[in-house]
Amino acid sequence: MKVKVIVMPKQSVLDPQGVAVRDAIHHHGMPEIKSVRIGKFMEIEIEGEKAVSSEKLHEICRDLLSNPVIEDYQLEIKD
Amino acid sequence: MKAAVIRFPGSNCDQDCFHVLHNVFDVETHYVWHKETSLDAFDLIVLPGGFSYGDYLRCGAIARFSPVMKSLVEQAEKGKLILGICNGFQILCEAHLLPGALVRNQSMHFVCKHTLLRVEGVNSPFTNAAVTGQILNIPIAHGEGNYTADEATLRELNLNSQILLRYADAGGAITAEANPNGSAENIAGICNARRNVFGLMPHPERAAEKILGSEDGRLIFESVLNTLGISKAA
Repeated sequence: MKVKVIVMPKQSVLDPQGVAVRDAIHHHGMPEIKSVRIGKFMEIEIEGEKAVSSEKLHEICRDLLSNPVIEDYQLEIKD
Repeated sequence: MKAAVIRFPGSNCDQDCFHVLHNVFDVETHYVWHKETSLDAFDLIVLPGGFSYGDYLRCGAIARFSPVMKSLVEQAEKGKLILGICNGFQILCEAHLLPGALVRNQSMHFVCKHTLLRVEGVNSPFTNAAVTGQILNIPIAHGEGNYTADEATLRELNLNSQILLRYADAGGAITAEANPNGSAENIAGICNARRNVFGLMPHPERAAEKILGSEDGRLIFESVLNTLGISKAA
């Protein structure tokens, strides 16, 4: 079982990394790039079939992998 | 009085905190490894600065699940005094003992310099030795000290006078120029609603002796001693 987690800064939270990268892209001659937001992509491998419930996975996403104050997450479970 | 300085893997201001408490203020101080499970014996618990767990995932995110943290939460609920400095502040936010979060400095740079802080409230165990509006010269050293919270949280912090320190200029004005990291409302330090948990990005332990260029950080420790009914060290 494989799980993919994407963690992104909330829209309301300024992402200075994304702003710096957007500016660098502008310097590459692409002024049409409006914004860049930088998050994290995590790949989690789980031993055995259906060893972990999606409830548990959401719990770990909420409590550890993301900070709900500043980030949103997406969880993708692949059997 | 007994103080604990908690050591996580990657803490690096633990010895500075120990030194100030033990040698400058003559307080019985113990290091507590993060795998310990009891903090019952202590009146003051300090979470020092550093890079716990290499700042992996998010600053303080992994330290928050260290074994000692369960006891820390219990002590906070009992009303014990808890002081989080820099990475300690980040850990307290991750552990939800303080609201909000600390994100990357707006400038993207690690900023290491003296800052001026305006004391916003003296009704706390950590600032009662100061005067409201007093300007303190205390250094910062962080890459992720940009305090962020939603509007409702900021409103509540203001309403309950939980913002104890703000970055200011020498005249006490709260300006964008005086804000070293982009923190919302120039926030440098906040306490919880019960006022027994205090987190701040500046390092008072680095400004507690004349030889270091400022003694203003002493006020934080003196306030704690006042609160615990201990007269100041000579």
